[in-house]
Amino acid sequence: MSDQSVSLLQIDGLTKLFGGLRAVSDFSAGLPEGALHGLIGPNGAGKTTVFNMITGIYVPTEGDIRFDGTSLVGMEPHLITRTGVARTFQNIRLFQDMSVLDNVRVAYHMHAGYNLADAILHLGRFRRQERLQSDRAQEFLAVFNLTNRRDELARNLPYGEQRRLEIARALATKPRLLLLDEPAAGMNPVETDNLMELIHFIRGQFKLTILLIEHQMRVVMGICEWITVMDFGQVIARGTPKEIQSNQRVIEAYLGKRRVRGL
Amino acid sequence: MRLTWLRTPLRIIAWMVYAALSLVIVYGVYRLIQFKGATYFFQALLDGLRLGFVYALIALGYTMVYGIVRLINFAHCDVFMVGAFSSYYAITSYGWGIVPAIILAMVVCIVLNIAIERMAYKPLRNAPRITALISAIGVSFFLEYFTALRFVFGADFLTYKRPFDVVVWNVLGLSISNITVIIVAVTLALLALLLYIINRTKVGKAMRATSQDATAARLMGIDIDRIITLTFGIGAALAGAAGVLYAIAFPQIWTFMGIMPGLKAFIAAVLGGIGNIAGAVLGSLLMGEIEVLTVSFVPFGSRIRDLVAFLVLIIVFLVKPTGILGEPQVEKV
Repeated sequence: MSDQSVSLLQIDGLTKLFGGLRAVSDFSAGLPEGALHGLIGPNGAGKTTVFNMITGIYVPTEGDIRFDGTSLVGMEPHLITRTGVARTFQNIRLFQDMSVLDNVRVAYHMHAGYNLADAILHLGRFRRQERLQSDRAQEFLAVFNLTNRRDELARNLPYGEQRRLEIARALATKPRLLLLDEPAAGMNPVETDNLMELIHFIRGQFKLTILLIEHQMRVVMGICEWITVMDFGQVIARGTPKEIQSNQRVIEAYLGKRRVRGL
Repeated sequence: MRLTWLRTPLRIIAWMVYAALSLVIVYGVYRLIQFKGATYFFQALLDGLRLGFVYALIALGYTMVYGIVRLINFAHCDVFMVGAFSSYYAITSYGWGIVPAIILAMVVCIVLNIAIERMAYKPLRNAPRITALISAIGVSFFLEYFTALRFVFGADFLTYKRPFDVVVWNVLGLSISNITVIIVAVTLALLALLLYIINRTKVGKAMRATSQDATAARLMGIDIDRIITLTFGIGAALAGAAGVLYAIAFPQIWTFMGIMPGLKAFIAAVLGGIGNIAGAVLGSLLMGEIEVLTVSFVPFGSRIRDLVAFLVLIIVFLVKPTGILGEPQVEKV
């Protein structure tokens, strides 16, 4: 949809084979800077696999992923994060036995200007840096309305707050591209509404480009500007929410062919 | 689980077992004091503490490495042995004092352990866990037999010359030597440094994050390889110091000296809950006490001390495989 020169994230011909299984087959997409795109599809369509390839957990069998012009293929996950790609997980993966504040601080730490020797030998500089970081981390918590939870262990937070903390943690790595894997999963309608507002807010506040996997159509149709639909590892449709809603192939993929004919 | 109704009665039974156990311990202590006198008992307790501190330094290396890479580094006890030997040469050949000798042992062990990780474990990181474990056992044997060669350390027992004179003070009837003071002081200092690193610094936070969820940690920008190197390094530094302390307490060294203290420290780590730092220290102190009390009070105790140690391991595995402070791992489906 957009040509390569203006895309922040450009994916071309991405394929992943697990043995004989084509988890993702010839997946292409382009996200311009500031876009909010949705990636939808039935269970097992390969959406999370795409995320795992972007973030370097899996190495693609074929294809290229370019982020701001540099290829991410074969790069270590932590280096990909440092170039400005952050993500959340389908099943929340917080550091359960660390405090809320520490969860954010760990993510924020890679910007810290000291090493272990400094921490032991130059206490002054270390302390200053630590305080600065602690302050910044608390700013993130404030944005996500988690300030009064900062000293609690992540595992003790209610579900909705764990989801919010995960997004806060991802943002603390200072990403330009944020990948959200089913952020509304398991949320009630009120929480979902709040989440949609939050996503809108952080996108403006942190100048983010967002790619979102989601099952709740209300969320996808409500906030995404462009949607890519996958089924059995392949892209079967792309377009605006309106176009997708009336797309025959998409309806078939979700409801099954027979059912559609019957309708 | 469908058996939730079982949980409350089970908990009550567990508390009853704990209460019974405490009573047995209190009664046992009382009988022991009666048996040979308070001074004898507390002397044994003190010696046990000293041994426990040395075990703690070794056990921390096992438990930290396990926490990060889920591997029992069986070569750890031989790193400990190399620490003892490097300080031996520094002291006997170059006349170094105790502090520089400990620092040298720590440095040598750090280099050795990181090299072991690079060569024997890193290439196997994506292999099944048992493969790395077998590799660890291989490295352990290699270090023991290679260093026993004549041109390395030799296969003989060497007498470790302490770089200071032993002084024994008499405090309330207990004899406390400066060896004990050094062991306790060095261990506490290293423990404080370790806790500071783990709880207050960013690498410490990164280590905790990695041990909880390595994949998520990588995606937060944490360089796992660096954290693993660091963990092996810290564990080795503690083992190196432990090697020197063990050698000044039991001044006879040879290349197989690491096996028994290593296994006991490993048992201590399991007893406390493997992967848990406080657990490793707690388990080690318990193991030290159990061992010395066995020697002091049980007939033929010095012959069955090792037997008792392994008995502890078996009991832990049967009764509470996750250890005292370890939490049961809930497998997510």
